[in-house]
Amino acid sequence: MRLDRRRFLGTAAMLAASPVVFAHAATKQRLVFIIQRGAADGLNTVVPYADPAYARLRGGLAIETDRALKLDGTFALHPSLAGLHRRYVDGEAIFFHAIASPYRDRSHFDGQNVLETGGRFPYQLKDGWLNRLLGLLPGTDRAAIALSPSIPLALRGAIDVASYAPSSLPQADQDLLIRVERLYATDPQLHALWSSAMAARSMAGEAEGTERRQDATRLGRVTAAFLVKPDGPRIAMIETNGWDTHSAQNARLAARLSALDNLVAGLHQGLASVWNQTVILVATEFGRTAAANGTGGTDHGTGAAAMLTGGAVRGGRMIVDWPGLAASELLDGRDLKPTLGLDRLIASICAETFQLPDDRTSGVLFPAMTGGSRLPGLIRGI
Amino acid sequence: MPASMALRSILVAKDVAPRSPDCGTLHTMNASAIALNRFGLGARSDGSLPSDPRGDLLAQVAAAQSLAAPWQQTARTPELLEPWLAQQRAFRQAPEDQRGGIREAYLRQARVTYTMAVGARMDSALQSTSPFVERLVHFWSNHFAVSVDKVLIVGLAGAFENDAIRPQVLGRFEDLLLSALRHPAMLLFLDQAQSVGPRSTVAVRQAARSGRPRGLNENLAREIMELHTLGVRSGYTQNDVTELAKALTGWTLPSDESPGKPSASFRFVPALHEPGTRTVVGRNYSDQGERQAEAIIRDLAAAPATARHIAFKLARHFVADDPPHELVTRLAAKFQQTGGDLPSLYRELIDSPEAWRATGEKFKSPWDWMVSSLRALGRQSLPPAQIIPLMAQLGQPVWRPGSPAGYDDLSATWAAPDALLRRVEIAQRLVAQADRHFDARVLAERILPQGLRDTTARAIASAESGTTSLALLLVSPEFLRR
Repeated sequence: MRLDRRRFLGTAAMLAASPVVFAHAATKQRLVFIIQRGAADGLNTVVPYADPAYARLRGGLAIETDRALKLDGTFALHPSLAGLHRRYVDGEAIFFHAIASPYRDRSHFDGQNVLETGGRFPYQLKDGWLNRLLGLLPGTDRAAIALSPSIPLALRGAIDVASYAPSSLPQADQDLLIRVERLYATDPQLHALWSSAMAARSMAGEAEGTERRQDATRLGRVTAAFLVKPDGPRIAMIETNGWDTHSAQNARLAARLSALDNLVAGLHQGLASVWNQTVILVATEFGRTAAANGTGGTDHGTGAAAMLTGGAVRGGRMIVDWPGLAASELLDGRDLKPTLGLDRLIASICAETFQLPDDRTSGVLFPAMTGGSRLPGLIRGI
Repeated sequence: MPASMALRSILVAKDVAPRSPDCGTLHTMNASAIALNRFGLGARSDGSLPSDPRGDLLAQVAAAQSLAAPWQQTARTPELLEPWLAQQRAFRQAPEDQRGGIREAYLRQARVTYTMAVGARMDSALQSTSPFVERLVHFWSNHFAVSVDKVLIVGLAGAFENDAIRPQVLGRFEDLLLSALRHPAMLLFLDQAQSVGPRSTVAVRQAARSGRPRGLNENLAREIMELHTLGVRSGYTQNDVTELAKALTGWTLPSDESPGKPSASFRFVPALHEPGTRTVVGRNYSDQGERQAEAIIRDLAAAPATARHIAFKLARHFVADDPPHELVTRLAAKFQQTGGDLPSLYRELIDSPEAWRATGEKFKSPWDWMVSSLRALGRQSLPPAQIIPLMAQLGQPVWRPGSPAGYDDLSATWAAPDALLRRVEIAQRLVAQADRHFDARVLAERILPQGLRDTTARAIASAESGTTSLALLLVSPEFLRR
């Protein structure tokens, strides 16, 4: 990626451990988008324990009511989400249910494409809504980071973004890094890539320390280390995988949710000083079937759950227009029927978080969005 | 026309992340360097420079291919299907609470098969004496991509490349296409194996019994048109896709009813086939069972849009992200004149001045970079336990692209900040395992026979140790591009 020269100093300076790599940002708010790739099962994440059809549909997969973490008279969280439950109790988390992007088929590839581009259908748009959101921020604050080796689609587009991923590889030694820097000095493309990589490494260094394990808490803290800096990026995207639980769902989902809970906990710890300016969105491409399948799992569905947490979130509540799980209410006789648009939610979050005009934000992020009205009051004044 | 069909490969097409075409210093390459790096998989430290670079490539295309030694140790498709079918049978017959265990047991075994196949793919690339043809195997395997993201095909992905793709890359396009489509990995990956004609004997019988028949799955039909043959936005409609999907019903895997190795890896089941005449892209096809879809597919393979689509992808792979229009036109014309004879297409490419332009514009994919690095270091083999995590770290896990479009062939995808740093880290690790007798300055003359830019030559000469200079050579601007 070519990088804005105004934003990055030369690599040599970075290697001398200068932390000043991004220009000072006027924007105080931080937005983190955590994507759950593979269609996370909303019904076992935010459990509608009071819906009479739930236990029947899920059979052996149903989360036992006495183990679930109560949210209100209808919904409870999966027992692996104790940290997020704490955030909810503290008024810093909102859970959404029966939510979906405009995509109505059941392909991961296409579903993620719609979720990340913000189109009405797959491959309608070429760039990602997070990148277009950057374009709405003040010129000096258009910095974002992907916590992965390359840039996920939601962050791809006209504005260059940085990438960084904790690596299990042995770190290259300092001498080699300096020599590579010189080697690339006369190659504009490689020089820009290298400068960006070094800048990201240097920012992450403090959080990573010498230990480079890839566990979720650490990833949260590493992400926070970028965002917490006054001159750091304001937007980050983290990819999580392993949500496609066609079989052995109970154990696999518990492990994935536990990792997600730790990831948010790591962000919470690392962002402490700016937590009140932080908004974290967790979303997936679509949900899973209302009923358990024959292989101890669930298949691709439609309506899913989404989560919003952070010190800036006006939380402690559910936002849901529950369609119910009765057979007559299921979409195509199999899926939780969506009653809330994920695109509408994302547009509302972005507009409120960054105090942008609603219409303009919707128009840029989701140009083809139709129907639904904005969801006001998600974010406290920052 | 739904967008999923029309616009799927925009990601592959152009300006997802626009950047100026001239960024990067375009270094000059001579004919030897081009034959070795652009057409081949990189020079081996123990190989010799081609005295006649063009002639050498033409000879590779003309030579009969024999199965590379590393693949000879691995199981063929029918042997691999036997355990697959056995687990399907056991799964079907088992009580529900035991099914997860049956699948897990199969997958454990299938992952071992995958691991061995990754090793065979790498070793075959490292040892190959016809690296242009080997590159073509990788190219076509990616054109007809399957992904082990669909975990059930994890044991079949290697056999797909080796049994369905490799034997056909020097044949005709339509035969390669049919070979790929009939392989169990493809039938499973794109859900063809589950597709049932809504008015087929089986569907009618099921509807009468349970009221909930299985139905049509359009996944394979859509990708045939969009990715494998015509290409996006080439004029076909959703109705064409549905018609092809109906014609394809009945194409499936061998029966899992009886134990033992199946006699074939493909089966047509008339009872699943949708009866009736189909109309695809304005042409009618009478119902001849299995032959109905085959006739449609052969016509799709011969369509002018297919010729342009294939010509464009080849030109993009071998010449530039945005290949010269005249080259694409010439390749497409050759495709049509010869009825999709692939060696004619390759010869046209080898004879094209555009392919020998001295500027190396292609940024190597992680796989290209890894293979060429290991060949440069004289490796004959790399344990799969190393290959799998390294390719994942580099962002291109083997046979695991994120979509049926395969890995894309653009610099913007692979030239990313952290990805570049990974190459430096991995280079350091590879050279640490390399023979101590390598002198990077000598090796450079062999693997980059065009000579080095001054900056690179200086960096290599002034490195404090032999391993550092080797690592610098592997991550030099010249070696990162081809």
